[in-house]
Amino acid sequence: MEWGDDIYKAIKEAGVGQVAYVPDAGHKRLINACIDDNDIKAVSLTTEEEGIALSAGAWLGGEKCVMLMQSSGVGNCINMLSLIETCRFPFCAFVTMRGQWHEFNPWQMPMGTTTKQALQTAGCLVDEVEDPSDVGAKAAATIHKAFVGQQSSVLLLSQRMVPIKTFGK
Amino acid sequence: MSKRAESFPLHRREVAKTLLNARDDLLVVTGLGSTNWDFTAAGDCARIFPLWGAMGGAVPTGLGLALAQPTKRVLVATGDGEMLMGIGALATVAVQAPKNLAICVFDNERYGETGMQTTHTASVADLALTAQGLGIKNTGTITDEGELNAELDTIVNADGPVFRTIKVRAEPLEFVLPSKDGVHLKNRFRAELLGPEAL
Repeated sequence: MEWGDDIYKAIKEAGVGQVAYVPDAGHKRLINACIDDNDIKAVSLTTEEEGIALSAGAWLGGEKCVMLMQSSGVGNCINMLSLIETCRFPFCAFVTMRGQWHEFNPWQMPMGTTTKQALQTAGCLVDEVEDPSDVGAKAAATIHKAFVGQQSSVLLLSQRMVPIKTFGK
Repeated sequence: MSKRAESFPLHRREVAKTLLNARDDLLVVTGLGSTNWDFTAAGDCARIFPLWGAMGGAVPTGLGLALAQPTKRVLVATGDGEMLMGIGALATVAVQAPKNLAICVFDNERYGETGMQTTHTASVADLALTAQGLGIKNTGTITDEGELNAELDTIVNADGPVFRTIKVRAEPLEFVLPSKDGVHLKNRFRAELLGPEAL
């Protein structure tokens, strides 16, 4: 997914020091770029909610953290997002969507169809992108909203932009 | 219900005081809830960031801070119930292996804020063994004052990550509360660490 390079560029231009992630096919290219970058501490998580607290801790220490995850992981974050909301920590996440476009796995539908509402209910400002050529501009704006605007800022990356997964069926 | 923790020799308020005073530049993240009151009683100050919620978040908060500030010593002090809720974070810490991070779990084998119900450590769970199994090499359990004094230098100075379970007495204590204004707690911590220009 070449649009991952555009997010990487926005992350670099903003001087992000930590990138937290849960392994994800849609983010694979971007995650690998962050792992290979010696100036980025790439932190693999056991569950997405760790990334929320990690982001808060990074900001306490004067560093920007960006989080990469899949829509199913948003459900794991809800209570931890109270840390962002209550303390008004800046927060930035890029979420690849499931349950949205040629989804073959019904187990992805419950979170995939409610990701935006769940994030908004938890106090996040949510933007979406479906056109790969728009990812760079939206990524930069999402990061700016988080760390300059000091908001909880999330960009949803449409499932239309990732290869259709079928498990051979 | 196991009553053994009611006669553990270490008193949590004394342990907090010993840890906080061991280094005057120690950065401390405390977890919901009793460790907040312990460290506030030991000396409420800007270099403590107490979590009033976000249960399970103390260790990853400390990890983010430790990675951002590799030349500062960071201590996460939290309870057994809070640690159990985010136990996977210990594996995340082990993979990152920050040299400047220590984690102390004040283990009274109880959920203190909800009526002193037993946690899994009261019967079968061993948090130091768990931390070891999740990849943290420097782990152990402290049960009395002699062991605490002997381990203090390791906790605040040795190459991390360091993990210690500190078995503390299950006892009723008065609440000593820090501010619950999260924005204030965040800003005072950042101003102390990064200077007034961070605000």
